[in-house]
Amino acid sequence: MPAPIRLRELIRTIRTARTQAEEREMIQKECAAIRSSFREEDNTYRCRNVAKLLYMHMLGYPAHFGQLECLKLIASQKFTDKRIGYLGAMLLLDERQDVHLLMTNCIKNDLNHSTQFVQGLALCTLGCMGSSEMCRDLAGEVEKLLKTSNSYLRKKAALCAVHVIRKVPELMEMFLPATKNLLNEKNHGVLHTSVVLLTEMCERSPDMLAHFRKLVPQLVRILKNLIMSGYSPEHDVSGISDPFLQVRILRLLRILGRNDDDSSEAMNDILAQVATNTETSKNVGNAILYETVLTIMDIKSESGLRVLAINILGRFLLNNDKNIRYVALTSLLKTVQTDHNAVQRHRSTIVDCLKDLDVSIKRRAMELSFALVNGNNIRGMMKELLYFLDSCEPEFKADCASGIFLAAEKYAPSKRWHIDTIMRVLTTAGSYVRDDAVPNLIQLITNSVEMHAYTVQRLYKAILGDYSQQPLVQVAAWCIGEYGDLLVSGQCEEEEPIQVTEDEVLDILESVLISNMSTSVTRGYALTAIMKLSTRFTCTVNRIKKVVSIYGSSIDVELQQRAVEYNALFKKYDHMRSALLERMPVMEKVTTNGPTDIVQTNGETEPAPLETKPPPSGPQPTSQANDLLDLLGGNDITPVIPTAPTSKPASAGGELLDLLGDITLTGAPTAAPTPASVPQISQPPFLLDGLSSQPLFNDISAGIPSITAYSKNGLKIEFTFERSNTNPSVTVITIQASNSTELDMTDFVFQAAVPKTFQLQLLSPSSSIVPAFNTGTITQVIKVLNPQKQQLRMRIKLTYNHKGSAMQDLAEVNNFPPQSWQ
Amino acid sequence: MIKFFLMVNKQGQTRLSKYYEHVDINRRTLLETEVIKSCLSRSSEQCSFIEYKDFKLIYRQYAALFIVVGVNDTENEMAIYEFIHNFVEVLDEYFSRVVSLLTEEW
Repeated sequence: MPAPIRLRELIRTIRTARTQAEEREMIQKECAAIRSSFREEDNTYRCRNVAKLLYMHMLGYPAHFGQLECLKLIASQKFTDKRIGYLGAMLLLDERQDVHLLMTNCIKNDLNHSTQFVQGLALCTLGCMGSSEMCRDLAGEVEKLLKTSNSYLRKKAALCAVHVIRKVPELMEMFLPATKNLLNEKNHGVLHTSVVLLTEMCERSPDMLAHFRKLVPQLVRILKNLIMSGYSPEHDVSGISDPFLQVRILRLLRILGRNDDDSSEAMNDILAQVATNTETSKNVGNAILYETVLTIMDIKSESGLRVLAINILGRFLLNNDKNIRYVALTSLLKTVQTDHNAVQRHRSTIVDCLKDLDVSIKRRAMELSFALVNGNNIRGMMKELLYFLDSCEPEFKADCASGIFLAAEKYAPSKRWHIDTIMRVLTTAGSYVRDDAVPNLIQLITNSVEMHAYTVQRLYKAILGDYSQQPLVQVAAWCIGEYGDLLVSGQCEEEEPIQVTEDEVLDILESVLISNMSTSVTRGYALTAIMKLSTRFTCTVNRIKKVVSIYGSSIDVELQQRAVEYNALFKKYDHMRSALLERMPVMEKVTTNGPTDIVQTNGETEPAPLETKPPPSGPQPTSQANDLLDLLGGNDITPVIPTAPTSKPASAGGELLDLLGDITLTGAPTAAPTPASVPQISQPPFLLDGLSSQPLFNDISAGIPSITAYSKNGLKIEFTFERSNTNPSVTVITIQASNSTELDMTDFVFQAAVPKTFQLQLLSPSSSIVPAFNTGTITQVIKVLNPQKQQLRMRIKLTYNHKGSAMQDLAEVNNFPPQSWQ
Repeated sequence: MIKFFLMVNKQGQTRLSKYYEHVDINRRTLLETEVIKSCLSRSSEQCSFIEYKDFKLIYRQYAALFIVVGVNDTENEMAIYEFIHNFVEVLDEYFSRVVSLLTEEW
């Protein structure tokens, strides 16, 4: 059989292969040749064959049949054989293969060999792939070699010891005595590996850490020598003496100085010296500076040193080299938590990095920018971040959008700015906004009551052009549904109001429904919005009915269900429609800040979040309130004005105050003069408690008996009670008015007044007509706050038209059951 | 800690690979192709450090050859960058024809 080809020939041959298939063929042929050669037990060429096998293994082809051959090579006496054998063992064998244990004896013998190169080979192999059993057996030998004076062996033994400790941590103590003189060496190789060994031991065991703290002065001295020593050709890299060792020592100092004042103090000088003396023109110097900065930030350094470190990072940021900028941004991100002010100084540079071409740098700059946003710089930063959002890659958009929302929420200087920012994000990155952002945004919008008209106008304009971005369309649809009446009425203080007809609004909502781009969720939003508009729009109710009935046969189950239910609302439950589709009250936030917190941070007066929607056919409340007051005169009963429209707040408040003098108002509309506004601001907690996220019907009614509060002339009013389980001082009374006469009672208005110690809130009635013959009822909800748990008393006034004449009546209700107020 | 050390040419052929942690042999080729793909897609304007899965890749280009080192989080990237160059210089000293060998790669 001809001599097997040399490794070089093989490589040359393989490189000539033009396709993957050709290469595979060549390799298979060669593998076959090698296999037959192994079978022949040919000693002379074994080494060559194994070398070729290793090369093929590196290219990715299986080579496990060579493992035993490696063992045979190791056992051979020739150095060239041993060399390839150990290399093969390192590459092909590891603790997963059972044969590796056969090596143990060989390695043991070779560790005691007379030639240092053989000993070196054995140490390398053990340090590379030694299993825990092998390490346990051979640790003693390694430890012996650690104490030898031969620096070639000492450095290899140190690295082998690192591996042993990683595999068998219990053996760490064995190496402790050997480490005593390790740092006294002159040889950099030994120094370097010793520092690695010490680092490994300190990281694994706090006892070792405490023990090695006493080495800090020695390490400082070594580092000093490195810096101060002149040119040494052996260790020079671009003008700096052994930068790799310097970096290692700095890292060890970092570990030793962490959380320890004495060590940190001992290091201060040398760190300052390294920071100032290192040359920064080449990458080497910057690598050392980087390590120094990391060390300074991690130990308990004095503030001057920290400022120095941050300034170094600032200088890095201005450097042209991308690598350095990347590294600087990463470190600044780590330090922004602790040294916030110092990092703020470099904010403009960081913001410039947002425009960099490199993806990694942009990501770092974005994260850092979010960390640096605060109340003072929010406007400027947000401008930059929005610009970044416009132009960045898609993988960033979601994170950037979420970050912007968070920052805006925390630091928004005004509601209008906040809404504008949200709009901007929705329009530029609308499809990348996370799904959970939509409810948060909606909640935010409901909170800013005075901005509703502005918001809905802007959202409408946004989706007019393009309704493909789902989160944007969802928010817009919801707002249009809620505030559609504001949109059509053309009242907007913040911006030039646009003229929109009801048909145009319905057009856009219908196109959202029809569009292929809308998801099922978006369609649901649009359909509900259309339905809500049936109470807010006046001329297009028929069109809405038609749309809703079409979707009653939609394939999408969710849409179908909604449409069918809404249809039923139109047909059977029309009298409840307006009550059901009223404006939503302000939602309480489930997470950290309640709406009241948002009130304070925004610094603008938040009107008391009452029901703002007027009753569908609400008569002028002011005149009636005056009537009530006339009647009540000097009683100590506080009048209640049913929910008034927000359009004329000031005058109503003024008149009432004139009449009332010192009587406090409840439920008064917004922007009332100061005496009235004081109780208002203290009210929100109460009102929110009462309005807490659950609807009324969920409150547990503890079986409180209902009473007939009034029954006269065919008009009967019944009170049913519920106690709120979230706030025990609140009683929820539902009144039901029924008419047993043969003619309807129209323009029915119910008013109530309670003593001063109580507070009362009257919600809108379901309608103003009490149908005849008890065929239907008007329902209305009253909430009473009774903090002192006094007996409930109430005066009621009823006005209605019956048989062509206006009727009114006053009554007092005293028969409240005790469970309703105790 | 260095996880692997690769020398790969522009066509994706591995010239040298050393793994310091066990990686399955079939996964190795996959890793190598992915690594070289991310290195090739970078322009000279961009920095030499890439985040790849849970490694950081530090690469340096010499003619048609890429030297890529995969490290974990604890390493100083710039020191490794310098180390790569040091390695090439050592090869140069030892084999004395490294530069011409590299251009042979074309």
